[in-house]
Amino acid sequence: MEPLVLQPSAHTPSVSLNPNSGVCEFKGRSTPENSVEYYEPIYKWLDAYVTSPNSSTVVNLQFEYFNTSSSKCILDVLKKFVKLHNAGNEVKINWFYEEEDDDMKEAGEDYSDILDIPFEIQVIE
Amino acid sequence: MIDYLSIYEKMHDNNIMLTFKGEVTFDLINSMLKIIESRLDMIEGDLKTRKKVYNVLVECLQNLVHHIDTIDPGEETSPYHSKTALLMITTSTDGYHVVTGNYIMNDKIEKLKDWLDEINSVSAEELRDLYKKILNNEKFTDKGTAGLGFIDIARKSGQKLIYAFQPVNDQYSFFSFQITIPKNHLSAQSK
Repeated sequence: MEPLVLQPSAHTPSVSLNPNSGVCEFKGRSTPENSVEYYEPIYKWLDAYVTSPNSSTVVNLQFEYFNTSSSKCILDVLKKFVKLHNAGNEVKINWFYEEEDDDMKEAGEDYSDILDIPFEIQVIE
Repeated sequence: MIDYLSIYEKMHDNNIMLTFKGEVTFDLINSMLKIIESRLDMIEGDLKTRKKVYNVLVECLQNLVHHIDTIDPGEETSPYHSKTALLMITTSTDGYHVVTGNYIMNDKIEKLKDWLDEINSVSAEELRDLYKKILNNEKFTDKGTAGLGFIDIARKSGQKLIYAFQPVNDQYSFFSFQITIPKNHLSAQSK
């Protein structure tokens, strides 16, 4: 399967999903007009990936901002990884936030509370 | 001729960063966000406050574009109809103030009012729990929104939501909404 790479825009994050390395990265802003539409290809890719995953998957999320409709989409993305984890695969989520950005730290904690998966919240160095 | 000087002076005295009245589209929102972001970069030194203002503004604007009710011009005699809204961003020594105004159908007021009152009545911790509950359990609305906008605005600002409904006619009212993002959030919290 092919990697999925989406270039960032003023309102969408950079996305890089690599099936060969098992590294999935989201970075930047997510405030698109239509979040569901934007995240649709990402869901599709992940649904395919879950059926033939890498032996170990690392998910790096480093958001600067996201709107509330994206917050739901991000949760749905993360739930795909929970599914992968529940199927017995090694999965780790890393949530990065800028120092002093307590809101983004809290957002990570919210996801971590909701999801039953190894989830590490760390300051960007 | 209109007294433009007095308009200018009023805007200056009220520290208006941006004001807009008209039809709200996503392109317009994006332009306004760009303007405000560069203004904030210049005048607000605290990264955390900058992010909060931007975040709250995104939610306020997206609320506007998703929930505005169009008054059918065919039925209206008032000159204030159509799909237009008001947006105003001002600063004061206390903080940044975001004000929005838009038409709403009277039969939607009760539900919105109850929701805003509920958000205003709970503690920060309860607000967070409510956010997580909706995030995890509710489906997207038919407008593609998550139903989290006002909670997010309350959480990020740490302030109560101020609002008013002013009757226009038997069908519509005008919904005004105001939120303040306090300045020096960081130092205020660590004190």
